[in-house]
Amino acid sequence: MTVTPTPLDVGAGTVLTLQGISKRFGAVQALKNIELDVRAGEVLALVGDNGAGKSTLVKTIAGVYTADDGSMVFDGRPVRVGSPAEAQQLGIATVFQDLALCDNLDVVANLYLGRELRKNGALDEVEMERSSWELLRQLSAKIPSVRIPVASLSGGQRQTVAIARSLLGRPKVVMLDEPTAALGVAQTAEVLNLVERLRERGLAVILISHNMADVMAVADRVAVLRLGRNNGVFVVSETRTQDIIAAITGATDNAVSERAARRSREEGPAS
Amino acid sequence: MSLQGSGTRPQDFTGATAAPEENGAAQLPADLQDERLIAGHGISGAVGAFTARLRSGDLGSVPVVVGLVIIWAVFQVANSSFLSSRNLVNLTLQTTSVGVIALGIVLVLLLGEIDLSVGSVSGVAAAVVGVTFVNQGWPIVASLVAAIALGVLIGLFYGLLYTRFGVPSFVITLAGLLGFLGLQLLVLGKDGTINLPYDSALVGFATRSFLSPAMAYALVALVVVAYALSRWQGRTARAAAGLSAAPTSVIAIKAAGLAIVLLIPVTVLNGDRGVSSMFLLFLALVVVTDLAVRRTRWGRSVFAVGGNVEAARRAGINVRMIYLTVFAACTTFAAVGGILAAARLVAVGQASGGTDVNLNAIASAVIGGTSLFGGRGSAYSALLGALVITSISNGLALLSLDSNVRYIVTAGVLLIAVTIDSLSRRSRQAHGRA
Repeated sequence: MTVTPTPLDVGAGTVLTLQGISKRFGAVQALKNIELDVRAGEVLALVGDNGAGKSTLVKTIAGVYTADDGSMVFDGRPVRVGSPAEAQQLGIATVFQDLALCDNLDVVANLYLGRELRKNGALDEVEMERSSWELLRQLSAKIPSVRIPVASLSGGQRQTVAIARSLLGRPKVVMLDEPTAALGVAQTAEVLNLVERLRERGLAVILISHNMADVMAVADRVAVLRLGRNNGVFVVSETRTQDIIAAITGATDNAVSERAARRSREEGPAS
Repeated sequence: MSLQGSGTRPQDFTGATAAPEENGAAQLPADLQDERLIAGHGISGAVGAFTARLRSGDLGSVPVVVGLVIIWAVFQVANSSFLSSRNLVNLTLQTTSVGVIALGIVLVLLLGEIDLSVGSVSGVAAAVVGVTFVNQGWPIVASLVAAIALGVLIGLFYGLLYTRFGVPSFVITLAGLLGFLGLQLLVLGKDGTINLPYDSALVGFATRSFLSPAMAYALVALVVVAYALSRWQGRTARAAAGLSAAPTSVIAIKAAGLAIVLLIPVTVLNGDRGVSSMFLLFLALVVVTDLAVRRTRWGRSVFAVGGNVEAARRAGINVRMIYLTVFAACTTFAAVGGILAAARLVAVGQASGGTDVNLNAIASAVIGGTSLFGGRGSAYSALLGALVITSISNGLALLSLDSNVRYIVTAGVLLIAVTIDSLSRRSRQAHGRA
């Protein structure tokens, strides 16, 4: 990770900017010249068909892959992210779809896994439990007890625990990979509430989803990827769902998406 | 939606000084505010929570304690000298070495791995002590250090094979079982059996060293007071942090229960020679291992790796280090157990660590309630399981029954234990406690 101290002039509030990110896997061009920016206090949905490059892009930002080309500006400084640990240190937290929770451990142990608080060499269970409650309260998370194994939680509650854990590292950008996949109606609403609460806290949230209803419900802007390239950025409040779907599928020869992208660029961020 | 400047540090998720949020439920402890939570209060609440846990399949050490009571009752009926002070002192001496070895097995089982070679490792450690101490005339301390160091090295070697090349622990330790049996025979040479000097400190420690009754009672008092104090301290800390805390009455009852559980066996053992120093060493190892597993970052990592390796790795846990240390701890315990067994039998031979040491140790850990599936278990299962295994062989020996019956009975108990483990695992999954 190289961090040069000179701050670049980027748009106010922009936390993370990607410029010309490209990634190849052998003969496959997975990402080509991706441009993306996320602002503090905004939910940016990242949508695209299967194989559009969403996961590759997220993994590139998270440090799982390194981009072949292009640059990343985080918090006004150009950065290179060589590993997931470096991304976390910078303040980019990722909640992958499998959540990576230990079912046999309780909520507190999962939240603090790998960064347990200690007092006199022993685990400081009391302080960890207290601040777990504090964190979950701040997120208005509905977890009945933090001393039950994660196995006994519902899908939405598990997602909540995974998201809450990502926040302990005090990130500025949180990436959520399909957080509502396989969740019921009420649980989906719970997770979407949580996403809104992250936004209220001033975090930049990148939300990957296949579910257009969820995207339209919480996202401020929607970035569409198609076949590894940008295919428009839409401001949700000014866009119809079918325009975004058209951009995802490429059904309207991209005219709509180009127009929307142009408009969003001219008018600046919605707020 | 509101945009904030890039300079703001938006969130304060873990502020250490923030006061508990004021809301309608602020009078309740922070962990009892959810209205869906079924929480009792006071003594009845503690009892209720315990029975609810049992019902959901989280049996802990209850089956093994029940089993132990049944086994002891049966043997007492069959031979009235089984529960005599004299025989129980023998039982503590016999339990120690298999228990120490089982302690290491508990650790590898927590990772969901296995070590089949603990018997051979215990034998080779005993052989090293015999050859260096008796034949070469090394000082006893140097012999012990050499044997234990060999145990550590063997475990590190296993860990290296496992983490670098991904060889399954089952196969690595199966090779170890054969390989170190060979090394043991090689070290012992042509003679085959080495008698340890009866007046040496090592043999004395294992056979003739007992706590005086006064010392034993003082130790019990010390342990009970330490337990009550630490509980009280935990209670105060929880109350100060705005969390629910066990009422004083529950702490008092638990401390009194511990006092009874300790006083009865100590009194019975004092009726004969008393509490053996070697058995006390085993108990100390159990307590230390239990604290290391439950109260340290290392122990938490062990449970995490046993539960979900990938999650542990992504949480930044050095998974390799955990495997290395656990395999090394297991073989180290095996070496110590082998030395203690040799010291108690006052000899090292080709049969040391052979035949059923392996299986007794593994069976002890499993019978004691440590899950074969990883991520669930306790150091105390080594103590309880070893007591069960040793009680069976001791009781059958009192009845002058041969080892053929012993094998069959032990096998039956092991099968029951594993079945209980599998059933309770299924029940835990059904009750969402897996």
